[in-house]
Amino acid sequence: MTTTTHLEALEAEAAHIMRETAGEFDRPVLLFSGGKDSIVMLHVAAKAFAPAPVPFPLLHVDTGHNFPEVIEFRDRVTAGLRLEVASVQDYIDRGALPDVPERNGLQTTPLLDAIEAGGHDAVFGGGRRDEEKARAKERVFSLRDEFGGWDPRRQRPELWNLYNGRHNPGEHVRVFPLSNWTELDVWQYIAAEDIALPSIYYAHERAVFDRRGMWLCPGAWGGHGERLVRRTVRYRTVGDMSCTGAVESAARTPGEVIEEIAASRITERGATRADDRLAEAAMEDRKREGYF
Amino acid sequence: MSTLLRLATAGSVDDGKSTLVGRLLHDSKSVMSDQLEKIASPSDLALLTDGLRAEREQGITIDVAYRYFATPRRRFVLADTPGHVQYTRNMVTGASTAELVVLVVDARRGVTEQTRRHAAVAGLLRVPSLVLAVNKMDLVGWSEEVFAAIADDLDYPGEVTAIPISALTGDNVVTPSEHMDWYAGPTVLEFLETAETGEDLTALPARLPVQYVIKTRGRRAYAGQLTGGILHVGERVVVQPGGRTTTVAGIDVLGEPVTMAWAPQSIAVRLADDLDVSRGALISPAATAPGTTRELRATVCHLHEKALTVGEKVLVKHTTRTVHAVVEHIGTGGPLGVNDIGDVVVRTAADLAVDDYAESRITGACLLIDPGDGATRSAGMISVG
Repeated sequence: MTTTTHLEALEAEAAHIMRETAGEFDRPVLLFSGGKDSIVMLHVAAKAFAPAPVPFPLLHVDTGHNFPEVIEFRDRVTAGLRLEVASVQDYIDRGALPDVPERNGLQTTPLLDAIEAGGHDAVFGGGRRDEEKARAKERVFSLRDEFGGWDPRRQRPELWNLYNGRHNPGEHVRVFPLSNWTELDVWQYIAAEDIALPSIYYAHERAVFDRRGMWLCPGAWGGHGERLVRRTVRYRTVGDMSCTGAVESAARTPGEVIEEIAASRITERGATRADDRLAEAAMEDRKREGYF
Repeated sequence: MSTLLRLATAGSVDDGKSTLVGRLLHDSKSVMSDQLEKIASPSDLALLTDGLRAEREQGITIDVAYRYFATPRRRFVLADTPGHVQYTRNMVTGASTAELVVLVVDARRGVTEQTRRHAAVAGLLRVPSLVLAVNKMDLVGWSEEVFAAIADDLDYPGEVTAIPISALTGDNVVTPSEHMDWYAGPTVLEFLETAETGEDLTALPARLPVQYVIKTRGRRAYAGQLTGGILHVGERVVVQPGGRTTTVAGIDVLGEPVTMAWAPQSIAVRLADDLDVSRGALISPAATAPGTTRELRATVCHLHEKALTVGEKVLVKHTTRTVHAVVEHIGTGGPLGVNDIGDVVVRTAADLAVDDYAESRITGACLLIDPGDGATRSAGMISVG
C-alpha cells in the first residue's frame, strides 16, 4: 500500500529538484521548446506548485524554422503563463547571426542573451543522462560560467539529494529535473498522466525527402531539387525543421509509441549473442533514430 | 508497475568492472545503436562505458557516470564510479544514493586491500546491500574452492551476496552459467531484480524538510519530499527549529488531496495553526521528532583539493537548511586533504534538527560548503548521542 512505482519515484524526485530551485534561486526560468521533455517538465512543475501557478516564466528559443504544429501547441499550452521568446530570426534580420540553412547551432547566442537580460540565475532544461555520453556525467545542478560554458573539472560532486546551487554573480546554474529519466520513462509518464503533445509526435502522412539517411520535410534548407515521397512518419524529437528527421512509424497513441520502443528492444533481446544480428539492430536503430 | 533501484559499482581498474557494466547494459538490451556499433567482440564491452573525449585527451576522470537500464520488473539507475584516482570521492558520491553496491574482484587476486577500502566506504555510507561479484571465474577453472575462499574473506556491516561470474563470457551476469553447476544462486541481474535492499524508508520516523512555501489566497502549504516515514492528516507534529506543535490539517501529493503520504513522495502539507514556517524548517511527528544541536558531530569525507582545517568557517547544508558554521575540531588534529576521511565537530550559528546517519541517510547527511566560492568541500555523516 505504501509502495512507490518507478514513475512515481522519478516524478517525486523531479518535483523535489524544481522546488529546491524555486527555494534557492531568485529568478529561475524553464526552457520550453514544445518538445516532449519540456512538456513533461512543465507538467511536473504545475503539480509541484499546485494550487499556485508555476512560479517562474518559460523561455523558448525560436529558430524561425520550427514546426508550425509545435508553435501552435506552444501558444495553446502556455496561454496564461509567462512566456519569453528569444528569436533567432530577429538576430539574422539585423545581421547579428548568419543566415545559414541549418539553425541548430545558432541558438546559443540568443539563449545566453535572454538568460542575461532576464537576470536568470537558474535555467531548467529537459536534458536526460541517458541521451549520450557527456550527459551521463552531467550534474542535476550544473554550474555554468558567465559565458554559459561547462567546465567538467569545476563541477561539484553531488551527493544524496543535496544540490549545491551557490554561484558567483554572472554565473548561472542549469538544472535538469529529468536527469534520471529515460526516453521510455518519459513516454510511460505521458501515457499515465494523459499529457497532450504536438501532433507530430504521432504517426501521420507527410511529404519528405531523404537526406543522408533521414527523412526531412522540405523548406528553405532543401527538398526542392530532391525527390519528395509520402511516408507515414512520426518525430521522435522535435527541434529545428532543418535538421530534425522523422522516423517511419505507425504509432498513433502514447501506448503504441511505448510498444514501438519496447518492440525494438525485444528485437534486440532476441539477438542473444550473434554480433551480426546486433550490427543489424544497430543499423535499424540508427535509421529509427533519424538525425542522430 | 516496476520499482526503481539505485545501485553503484566499485572495483579496481583491472578487475573487469567496466566489462561487467557493459555486459549488464548489453545483455539487458539497454544499449543505444551508436554504442553497439563499437562492440565487435566481448572484450570490447568495456567501451560501452568509455569516458568523454576531454577525459581521454587530458588524462582526467570526471567522476561518476550514470547509466540506465530496465527489465520488466525494475528500473535501474547505476552510478558507475571509476576505480582509480580519487576513488574515495567518486565512490562516496556514487554510494550516497545507492541502495546496493556491486563490488567487483578478480578471482585470481581475491579480496585486496583496495577491495576492503571500497567495502569500507560503502559501509560508511550505509549502503544496505553489497554484491561481491567474483569475476574472471573462467581464469581459475570455474573453481568452487577459489570462489568460496573469496566469498568468506570480506567483512561488511550490511548484507553480502557473493556471485561467481565471468563478465567476459557473460556467465552468471544475465544468463546462468553452464560452467558452474555447483552454484545454485541467482545471476547478478536476477539478484538486482529481486533484491530486498533492507531500506524501507516508510519504516523510519516521518520527516518533512520544508523546501518551499506555496501561498494561495491567504493559505500556506509547506512543500517538501518526505525523507522517511508516513504522515497522516490529523497527526500531531512539531516544527523545528522553534519546537512549536500543531496538527496536520491537510496533505496534497503533487496537487492531489490525500489522508496519508509516505516517503519518498513529494507533498505539501497545511497546518492547523498559523506558525512561522519557512524553507529550512523540519516538520516531524511530535512523538518522534529529532533533537536539535549547534555542535554537529560528523564523519566527513573530504572531497576538495583545498584542505579542511580547524578554525575554518564553512556553510553546513543539511536537508533544505544552510547555516554558517566553524570547524571546531578534527579528530586527527591536522587538516583533512582530498579523499581523507575523519571525524569533525562543527559549531553552527543556528539550530539544526538532525538524525544519526545510521537512522536516516538523508536527515543524517550534510555538506560542508566553502562560503567564498561555493565549492562543495566535504560530505558529512552525522553522529547523534
